[in-house]
Amino acid sequence: MSYVRDVGALTRKDLLLELRARDTLPAMLLFVAAVFVVFHFALPGTPSRLETSGLLWVAILFTALLGLGRAFVPEREQQTFDGLVLAPCDRSAIWLAKSLATLAFLVAAEVVALPLYALFFHRVGGATVAAVLLADLGICGVGTLLGAMAVATRARDLLLPLLFLPLAMPIVVGAVGASVVDSPGRYLGFLALYDLLFAVVCWASFEYVVAE
Amino acid sequence: MLVTTALVLVFFVAPNDASDLGFAQRIFYFHVSIAFAAYACFAGGAWNALRHLWKRDPRADLESYVCVHQGLIFGTLVLLTGSIWAKIAWGRWWIWSEDELVLFLVLYLFYCAYFMLRFSVDPGPQRANLSAVYALFGVVLIPVSFAAIRLAKAYFHPEVFTLHGPNFGGWILVTYCVAQAAMLVLAYTLYRLELGAKLLDLRLRRLREVLV
Amino acid sequence: MLTARRLGKRYGEKRVLRGIDLVVPRGGFLVVTGPNGSGKTTLLRICAGLAQPTEGTIERGAERAQVGYLAHEPLVYRELTALENLELYGRLYRVPERRERIGMVLERFGLWEARHDRVGSYSRGMTQRLALCRVLLHEPELLVLDEPYSALDEAGAELLDAQLAELRGDCTFVLSTHDPARVDPLASGRLALAA
Repeated sequence: MSYVRDVGALTRKDLLLELRARDTLPAMLLFVAAVFVVFHFALPGTPSRLETSGLLWVAILFTALLGLGRAFVPEREQQTFDGLVLAPCDRSAIWLAKSLATLAFLVAAEVVALPLYALFFHRVGGATVAAVLLADLGICGVGTLLGAMAVATRARDLLLPLLFLPLAMPIVVGAVGASVVDSPGRYLGFLALYDLLFAVVCWASFEYVVAE
Repeated sequence: MLVTTALVLVFFVAPNDASDLGFAQRIFYFHVSIAFAAYACFAGGAWNALRHLWKRDPRADLESYVCVHQGLIFGTLVLLTGSIWAKIAWGRWWIWSEDELVLFLVLYLFYCAYFMLRFSVDPGPQRANLSAVYALFGVVLIPVSFAAIRLAKAYFHPEVFTLHGPNFGGWILVTYCVAQAAMLVLAYTLYRLELGAKLLDLRLRRLREVLV
Repeated sequence: MLTARRLGKRYGEKRVLRGIDLVVPRGGFLVVTGPNGSGKTTLLRICAGLAQPTEGTIERGAERAQVGYLAHEPLVYRELTALENLELYGRLYRVPERRERIGMVLERFGLWEARHDRVGSYSRGMTQRLALCRVLLHEPELLVLDEPYSALDEAGAELLDAQLAELRGDCTFVLSTHDPARVDPLASGRLALAA
């Protein structure tokens, strides 16, 4: 119970920070729209639903990367990690709260991105929406942990995509599969399994990322 | 010794494939056994990573690093032999339909990122922790990626244990087992060598520090 | 409260601390001095539980929740107001009667009027006062203060003097400073680190 309250307090802090600074969400929205425009010109002729749904996932992945890269910037710039790590709450609450805040931004960006995609390219089916939601969980969970790793390094923003993309490959497989086949059950199940598996690993290992 | 035996067996004793690939298919013995040795190295890296997180033993961190390093060397060989095999069997240097090759490409990218991460953090407990957590992600990624690749692609590569059915047995099995044992021993020897060198280097530096 | 034996810390090949022995009894007040780069901050981080020694042992008679650590950085968010920062830490530390307690520490350090201003608009001295509020908010038993006077103006320093004198005896202190004369009357032990 107190764990839930800790996560609540930390999530509230992260949302409040974004509300004040207002730099992550607008950047994500602009980026995803710009990527669609670039895709239009990168795909000569009339691209099929198969092709554009692949591109939708590339767009979502890179938009998420943009948000994840910013996730721990307040903690890094103001060096507040020590304050959070010293607090008596479970350290995994820091990860969970940051993941939830990032998830909120990503979902907000997709609320705009998916209709835009439907407008520019092809209709978005129910299976795609389900896949988006399941993929978001995995992207934010794993990405937040890797973001915390990346801010601890000298390379920082450079490192996050390198760390993240190999781990995101299964997400792309599950998500694209669910968007293009007729019976997406298998792929959605795979995404859910991925989320569960990596959530457990992240939850258990975050402590070691932020504390000695 | 074992390596020589394996070479002899592979080149002179194992019968030719029933198909028209002939002599060249012998590289497959190496391809598969090297791949297994690489998996063993990655698993060893994760096991030592877990030991480090559990016991906070700085030596386990070094052992984990050396394991992953050896795994990456063997991984490079897997990509090379796989590529040669693809050229021989299909006439192209790269085949996306070969699951293991694709998996190794993903793992290769993943473990290269491991090195980027490691070289981007100053030596110390934080580097050890970050490397350990990332190495643990690796062993979770291996089966998940494998499942993802199978989900994504039709599987039409000649599997050693099924397609070779009638041919399989006798000298092929013996040759394969010897090649596998040889590769594992080779991996372990290289691992001991590198670890020994690293430990010696560490001891020398400590000694120099004491003298100064 | 705090017992360290043969404490050493190295980052890879770089040795930061070596062979430190210290005993701080409950209610003690240890003053740590030493030139820049002598490992004061590392020692204090180990005392607070933020870093682990690579050699030797340290025993702490306080849980994580009872430690207050003042770092070089204020460890507060610039985009949030003073009140929001303390609300966050108050929740994480499960401070009973949070509102009253927050009001009290803000009042004590003269920040009550500015409680709704973002920390980013604060002066250096005010930010350091807020950092002190954060450290004292949960009434810790072990206070680890890394150069608490460095960023304070004279009025703030006097407030801190009074606060330290008031808590002396109830809390255990480890304090590093460039100006040991200032806390000399309070000190029960001294540790000088060599460069």
